[in-house]
Amino acid sequence: MNTSSTADIAFLLLCYFLMTTTMGEPAGLQRRLPQIPDSKNQQDVKVNRRNIIIVKINSADKLFAGNEAIDVAFLKDKVKEFLANPTDDPNMPEKEMQEIEGKMYPVSKGVISLQNDRGTSYQAYIAVQNELVKAVNELRDEWCLKEYGRKYAKLDEDRQKIARRVIPQNISEAEPKDVTKKR
Amino acid sequence: MSKFGGSNNKKEVPQATSSSLSDIVFMLLFFFMVTTQLRETENKVIVKLPEATEVAKLERKDLTSYVNIGTPVKHLQAMYGTDARIQLNDSFKTVDDIRDFIAAERDAMSEADRSFMTVGIRADEDVRMGIVTDVKQELRRCSALKIMYAARKPGVDK
Repeated sequence: MNTSSTADIAFLLLCYFLMTTTMGEPAGLQRRLPQIPDSKNQQDVKVNRRNIIIVKINSADKLFAGNEAIDVAFLKDKVKEFLANPTDDPNMPEKEMQEIEGKMYPVSKGVISLQNDRGTSYQAYIAVQNELVKAVNELRDEWCLKEYGRKYAKLDEDRQKIARRVIPQNISEAEPKDVTKKR
Repeated sequence: MSKFGGSNNKKEVPQATSSSLSDIVFMLLFFFMVTTQLRETENKVIVKLPEATEVAKLERKDLTSYVNIGTPVKHLQAMYGTDARIQLNDSFKTVDDIRDFIAAERDAMSEADRSFMTVGIRADEDVRMGIVTDVKQELRRCSALKIMYAARKPGVDK
C-alpha cells in the first residue's frame, strides 16, 4: 500500500493542533473569600489587637505594615517575625496549644489583614499577596525541617496537612467598605 | 557473489524511505496533543498576568471558570474604549452579569463537583483594584468563594 500520503495527513493534523492549542498550565495564587456577613445576626469576631497585623496598600502603591511604611522586599521578614513570634513578645500574636493528630503544638493566632484602595494597581496587590504566601510557605518549610527533617513539598499528604494546621495561612481580605471610607 | 554488492548497484543510490516520516510526525502530533490544551475563548481583552513566585498549579482544570479583566484589544478599542472591562466567555460583560455566569457554570458541573468550583481571576497587571474588588464582592454574593489570582512565574512569557 502506498503510505506516502500519511505523512501529509499527519502534518495537517499537527498544524491544526499547533494553531488551536495553548501551552502552559494555568497557575496562580489560590484564596478563599470570606462569606458574606449575615446582616441579621452579625456577630463580630473579637480579635485581640496584638493578633492582627494590618497590611495596607494605598492608591499610590505605597505599602504600610503595622502603621509604618515599608518596602515590599522587607514585608516577608516582618510577617514571618510576626507569625512566628520567636521571643514571645507581648505585642505580637499569642500562641495557643492545639492538639493535632495526637500531639500538642503551639499554633499562632496571628491574622494578616490585607487592605487596599480602589486605585491600587493589581500588580502591586499580587506582589504583596505573593510575599505573604512566601512568608507562610517559608515558615512551613522551616517547621517541617525541624520536625521531620524535610521540606514541606517533599512530605506526604498527612504530614503536609499537619503542617498546614500548625502554621495556618490566615490572610483576611478586608471588606471594601472599610477601605473606601479612608479614601 | 552478487549477494555482497554486485556490479549492478554501484551507480544506483537507494531512495530514502519515507515510511518512518509519518511515524515521526505522528509522535510530534501526540506530543502536542498531550502537552497543550484547546484555546476555548477568544481574548477580547489584553491580559498580561502579573508575576508571582509562589504560584500553585490548579488541581482540577475542568472545574475552573475564568473572569478576564483588562483593556479591550486594539481593534475593539474604537468601540469599547480603553477602560478596563470584564470578559466572560466570549463577550464583554458588566459586574452584574457575573451572577448569571456563575450560575450557568455551576449548572454545567456535576452535583459532586460544585463545591470544588474555582473562579480564576485573570486580570491585567495594570488594572486598578477597584474593578477587581467589585468582581470579588459579586463572587462573594454568589457564594463562589474559591478563587485564584492567575499569575505567571517570573521569566515565563505569555
